[in-house]
Formats: sequence, structure tokens, C-alpha cells
Amino acid sequence: MTLLGSFLTDPSFKTVLYIVAIALFIYGLTGLTGPRTAVRGNRIAAVGMAIAIVATLLVDPFNNVVLIVLGLVIGTAIGVPAARQVKMTAMPQMVALFNGVGGGAVALIAWAEFRETDAFASEATYVAVFSMFSAIIGSISFWGSNIAFGKLQAILSGKPVTLGPLQLPVQLVVGAAAVAAAVAIVAGAQAEIIVIGLLVAAAIFGVLLVLPIGGADMPVVISLLNAFTGLAAAAAGVALDNQALIVAGMIVGASGTILTQQMAIAMNRTITSVVVGGFGGEVTAEAGAGAGGAEGGTVKSTSAADAAIQMSYARQVVVVPGYGMAVAQAQHAVREMAKVLEDKGVEVKYAIHPVAGRMPGHMNVLLAEADVPYEQLKEMDEINNEFSRTDVSLIIGANDVTNPDARTKPDSPIYGMPILNVDESSSIIVLKRSMSSGYAGIENPLFFNDKTQMLFGDAKGSVGEITSELQAL
Amino acid sequence: MTASLLLAAVEQGEPSRLVTNLALLVVAGFVGYAVISKVPNTLHTPLMSGTNAIHGVVILGGLILLAGSADLGVVTSVILFVALLFGAINVVGGFVVTDRMLEMFKAKPAPPPKDDEAEGAGS
Repeated sequence: MTLLGSFLTDPSFKTVLYIVAIALFIYGLTGLTGPRTAVRGNRIAAVGMAIAIVATLLVDPFNNVVLIVLGLVIGTAIGVPAARQVKMTAMPQMVALFNGVGGGAVALIAWAEFRETDAFASEATYVAVFSMFSAIIGSISFWGSNIAFGKLQAILSGKPVTLGPLQLPVQLVVGAAAVAAAVAIVAGAQAEIIVIGLLVAAAIFGVLLVLPIGGADMPVVISLLNAFTGLAAAAAGVALDNQALIVAGMIVGASGTILTQQMAIAMNRTITSVVVGGFGGEVTAEAGAGAGGAEGGTVKSTSAADAAIQMSYARQVVVVPGYGMAVAQAQHAVREMAKVLEDKGVEVKYAIHPVAGRMPGHMNVLLAEADVPYEQLKEMDEINNEFSRTDVSLIIGANDVTNPDARTKPDSPIYGMPILNVDESSSIIVLKRSMSSGYAGIENPLFFNDKTQMLFGDAKGSVGEITSELQAL
Repeated sequence: MTASLLLAAVEQGEPSRLVTNLALLVVAGFVGYAVISKVPNTLHTPLMSGTNAIHGVVILGGLILLAGSADLGVVTSVILFVALLFGAINVVGGFVVTDRMLEMFKAKPAPPPKDDEAEGAGS
């Protein structure tokens, strides 16, 4: 090739480009940690990715051009519209899906590597070790993420599904089978069926891992699987001796693990208890109907007009959004209502529990979509001091994150979970479809509180009614 | 940046590629830890989505194997093609969806709740 060509394909040049790409990943991620710099940070990371891809393609000779171009074009043609068109409420499952295909890619690459190197015949032992590790984790991540997607998309039941007493033994057997297959390959086994068996065993393990987990814990699971895919990518990087893969994968592995832990802590759960299962059965509105009165208390219901009057005379109203707001797509209606209240001189703030909705930050994304100023979104620690000065707390489709049992009832499954202390405010209005319980499937005594009034109905409809009542005042 | 320095070290000597790569692995883990532990709760979903896009870097694995070998055989080619396709969906979809989420966080004119002095000032 030409002089330029030989310079471009020089391994040192590639390494330099990788250094640039990695620096951009880290710089971009740093940007992602602040609301003002986040958009730029994401784009910087994307530029880093483009550079890493170009650097990888600077090889001579360059084979399979057609396949590579086709793969990139078709992948883009699928990925972009999917990402563009997904509704903001469906964001969690979209992330699960993208995470899944990433894990699937790692597993397939390991398989192909096994075939390409004739079962790692002339490779160092560690190559086989890392490659098979990435195959197991990648396969778990792919199938686990798909199950998570299915549950969130309501293709599968959101309730925990288990094999009963067989669950643990089966899980252990398939896990052991995957590890045994990996050991056999590292030890020199050459039959391809062993790799396929490994992928299948890991797949079953992934499915069984996520099936027993209820809707409430799904964000933790997606985050965990995200970290898994990162680790798998890093392991694949070691096997392929590719530094961009190692660093980018490991950064995701580390950050994903921390994020998972933070989410679990916010829900007063440990990662282990989430994975092992337990409570967390999502009780749907239908299934949970009739639960009212179990506490023996009475529930006061109210009308949109009453709610509007109360709020218009308030100095401060705190909106507590939850998954119900997401389901009803009520965020724009909420913003409209807040505007009317602000015009009347009422101060409006939003209390965001770390795990409200189905992912941390889910509520922020939705409210930001509706143009709610970022400054009005208050995190739990910040807003909890303010409830005692708040006249009306308006709870829109949130449940467990307001349950006072978490503070007072040691035998409650959510005891110890930090909650929003809405019961300290002068009055509480709860917008809810019915008296069903939240994801945790437990009763919320807040609804039976003397200060609480319930406004039953679809969140969007109710908020709309309140807004028109406010305007009529 | 420590990671980049170490990366340069990879070039110098062959004696132990594995050890250098393992060092890189450890350092990258700490970098991830240091960068991420500062993120406010409110940005966790976009962050998860952003890191999700970054692990789409697995696409490089598919590219290396596809571009690096002339005679892959049909089965291996198909496997790698699907891997590449998956990787591309992960990367492209991941960044686009994160961008969409974050666009919503962009600083809006944001009138302070009390006074109206900032009302007309925003862009």
C-alpha cells in the first residue's frame, strides 16, 4: 500500500486513536454526571466510539467489507428509529433491550472466536478463560435482559415466576453446567457442542435469574445486567487483546455495579436479596382491588373541585409523582396544572424519590419532557425537610415510596426504606386509580390517614379536571 | 487519564500482555468508580442508558474478527454478522436514546417560581 496507507494501519497509530477514544469516553462520562453538561458528555462519548470503530477498521488487509458495511448499516437502521420512536414511558424496557443485544454480541463473538482459533488450540490459556467467561456472562445478560424487557412491556407477567422448590436446584445445575463447559474448553476440549451447551446453560440461567423477580425490583436487575454486559465486554477485550474494549467495558462494569448498589440501597434491599427473590410481586390494579379497608381504617375520597380549592389557597404544593403518572402519561397535564397554580402565587415543587417509577431518574425524564424546570425537581433528602412547611402534598400514582410503614413497622417488607415524609404536610391528596397496593404488594396506611383524601381515577384525567377547576376559580 | 498512560505502556514491551491488560482492567474499574459516584440521582436513568451505549464497544470485537480473517466459513461469518448487527444496535440506539432523554434536561428559560424578572430574559 501507499506510505499513507502503511501509516494508517500502523498498530501504534491505532493505539493512539484508542487512547483518544478512551479519553473521550471518560471525559464524556464525566459530563454525564451534571445536568448542564450531560448532553455534550453523551455526544463526546459517541465521538469516542466513532473514533474507536474507525481505528479498529484501519487494518490491512481488510476482509469481509460487504458484511461489515451491511452489519453497520442495518444495525443503524434498526437502532435509530427504535431509539427515536420509543415513548419516554417505555424507556426502561428500551434500555433493557439495547443492553441485551450488547450481551448477545459478546456471547456470539466468543463463540466465533472459539471457531476461528480451532478451540483456542494455539492460544494462551488465559485467552480461553476470558473468552468463555465473556460467553457465559454475555449469554446471561442477553436472555436476562430479554425477560426484563418482556416483563416491562407486559408481554410476560410482571409477577414473580418460579419453579417453586425446583428453582434453586435447577439454577445451580445450569450454572454449574455452564462453568463445567467453560472449564472443559479451557482444558482443551474441542467439540463445538460444548460451547453451544455453555451458551444454552447460561441462557437458561439468565432466564431463571430474572423470571422470579417482580416489577418493583426490575430497575435494579436492568442495572445489574448492564454491569454484566460491561464486564463481559472487558473480558472479551482481554481475550482479544483490545484495550478499548477492556477500558470501556470495565468502566461500565464498575459504574453499573455502583449504580445497582445505590438503587438497591434506596429500596432498602441488597443486590443479593433482589436476585434471590422474595417479596416484590407486582400487584396489578385488577388483582389488588378490594384490598381497601384491610387496615380497618376509613378512606376519604374527594372531588377535583375540592382538591383545586385546597391547592389554590396553599402557599406550597409538593407534587409526588410515581409510576402511575408515567402509565397515565400525565406529565404534561401536571405541568399545566403547576403553571396555573404558579400564576395564582402558589409555590410548586416536585419530590423525586430515588426509585419512583421503574428506574432511578424515570420521573425526572418524564417531567423534563413536559418542560418542568430542573430547579423545581427536588431529591428526597432535600424535600423531606420541607414537608412540614407544605400545605398540600399531591401524590400522583406513587405508593410504596410514601408508605409510613417503612419508618414505623419493623415487620413490614419495606421497613427501613427511606421514604418521602408526605404525612408531615398539612394535607395530602392522593390521585390513584383504585385502592390497589403498589409493587411491593403491601397496604399503605397513608391512605387511611386523617389528613389524606383520595381522588380516584386516571391520573391524567384527574389532573386535567383539577386544572380546569383551578382556572374556573 | 491514568488509564491512557497505562495504555501507552502496553506498547512498550511484550513480556506480559496479560499483566498489562489486567492492570488496565483494574485502573479502568477505579476510573468508572470515581467518575460515577458523583452522579446525582436524577441523572441515573440517562447515565444507565449512556453507559449502556458505551458497552456497545463490543462491536469492536465483531469488527476485529470479521475484518481480520479472509476465510471465515459460512457459519462463523453468520455468527459474527449477527454479533456486529447486535453491537451496532446497542451503540447507535444507545447513544440516540440517551441523547433524546438528555435533550429534555437542557436548561430551559426556567422562570423562578416567585418573581417574574427572569420571564422575558430566557432564550
